[in-house]
Amino acid sequence: MPSLGADMTAGTLVQWNVKPGDAVKRGDIIAIVGTEKADIEVEVYEAGTVEKLIAQPGDKLPVGTPLAFIRAEGEAAAPPIPARPVVKKGAPARVKASPLARKLAAELGVDLEKVHGTGPQGAIERHDVEQAAGTPAPPAVEPVREGSPVALGRPTEAAPAEPALGMRHAIAMAMARSNREIPHYYLSTKIDMSKALDWLDRFNQQRSVENRVLPVALLLKAVAHGLLQVPELNGFWIDDQLKLSAEVHLGVATSLRRGGLMIPAIHAAHQKSVEELMTALRDIITRARSGRLRGSEITEGTITVTNLGDLGVETVYGVIYPPQVALVGFGKITDQPWADQGMLGVRPVLTATLAADHRATDGHRGAQFLEVLRRLLEAPENL
Amino acid sequence: MTETEIRQAIFDSLRKIAPEADAQKIQPDENLREALDIDSFDFLNLLIGLHQRLGVEIPEGDYGQLTTLSALVRYLSQRLTGGRS
Repeated sequence: MPSLGADMTAGTLVQWNVKPGDAVKRGDIIAIVGTEKADIEVEVYEAGTVEKLIAQPGDKLPVGTPLAFIRAEGEAAAPPIPARPVVKKGAPARVKASPLARKLAAELGVDLEKVHGTGPQGAIERHDVEQAAGTPAPPAVEPVREGSPVALGRPTEAAPAEPALGMRHAIAMAMARSNREIPHYYLSTKIDMSKALDWLDRFNQQRSVENRVLPVALLLKAVAHGLLQVPELNGFWIDDQLKLSAEVHLGVATSLRRGGLMIPAIHAAHQKSVEELMTALRDIITRARSGRLRGSEITEGTITVTNLGDLGVETVYGVIYPPQVALVGFGKITDQPWADQGMLGVRPVLTATLAADHRATDGHRGAQFLEVLRRLLEAPENL
Repeated sequence: MTETEIRQAIFDSLRKIAPEADAQKIQPDENLREALDIDSFDFLNLLIGLHQRLGVEIPEGDYGQLTTLSALVRYLSQRLTGGRS
């Protein structure tokens, strides 16, 4: 059972998309798992053959419980499966964990074998141990039903009875953790958007309505580009240190029509053009709202962008999504008086804000980022 | 095309964007985006839906005229009956 969110402790297998004997490759969607927030598509991370499906649709299982055995390409057949699947694939000799996590586990009496790692390559980090220590013992896993047919399709008792309550609970856990652990600092700057909007106007004039680009795509481009220059805001605070991400995976706060929020990520946003970002944005918003996001899209965001400009909000003071270290907020673009070279005029003005983790960066670095963002949006031809 | 048919095309496009909302209950002079809580992404999808259904391509410069249901019906009606297209 993969961890599909900072505070997810268990999930419900909704359906299998594969059966024993199927060949799978990296990126294939092999199952759908129900979380408190939504049903999420589970991808496979290495090529191989499905040897056995352990979990059955409808099973609610703690994070870290094996769902299936997949024999990696070139790997010998897996050993016979005991009746109670408290086994790990290939029984690794040593659990991957950070030194701090090992020390803490010893102090707290936590068995690392039973902890689900959320770090690189599944390594156990300090907060995984803390979570395991603070989490009630996971319920015993049901024995494998040997020989039982694999049921596909949505089970009747899979989803929580009140999905809206589950969504609220998941948001509450993540935001309470953020407020408890992260010393936020906030900065804001006003940006003259006249050149950016002119550029967008010209860009859209040549395009049919289906291919038009919204201002938010340009803002995402500027954020991704800006993070290449100020990379300290792009990453995670894990084990009391900042871990930078070389890739910019932009989490986009997306409100759902029935209430609640998802933060799907646009992968490798720094390598995408404005047009590609618009396409990617359309794709993830549509799938977030129809409940078809993939696990990697909701767990791999390296920073969050929230745009509340549609509602007339001028300034956004965001709450960071842990373990990320920053959130960029955009308000509404409004016509405002603007002094330039001693002349007063009216310009379309955007207020950009940064909420950042003071453990990871200082105000000086945050200010540098907003300055880069302003410069990029005031010369959009360079984006 | 009659105004009733245009209105129906708008409702059909809105249903895809805001399936839980009852578009029929919108007052003609109510702000469409506020009444249905639709953002700029949804609004663009509405225009795409109308383009596909009615063949009317709405330039960005005209967005400001399209705040209410009655304004949208009037605008589309003019465009469909020989106004600029």
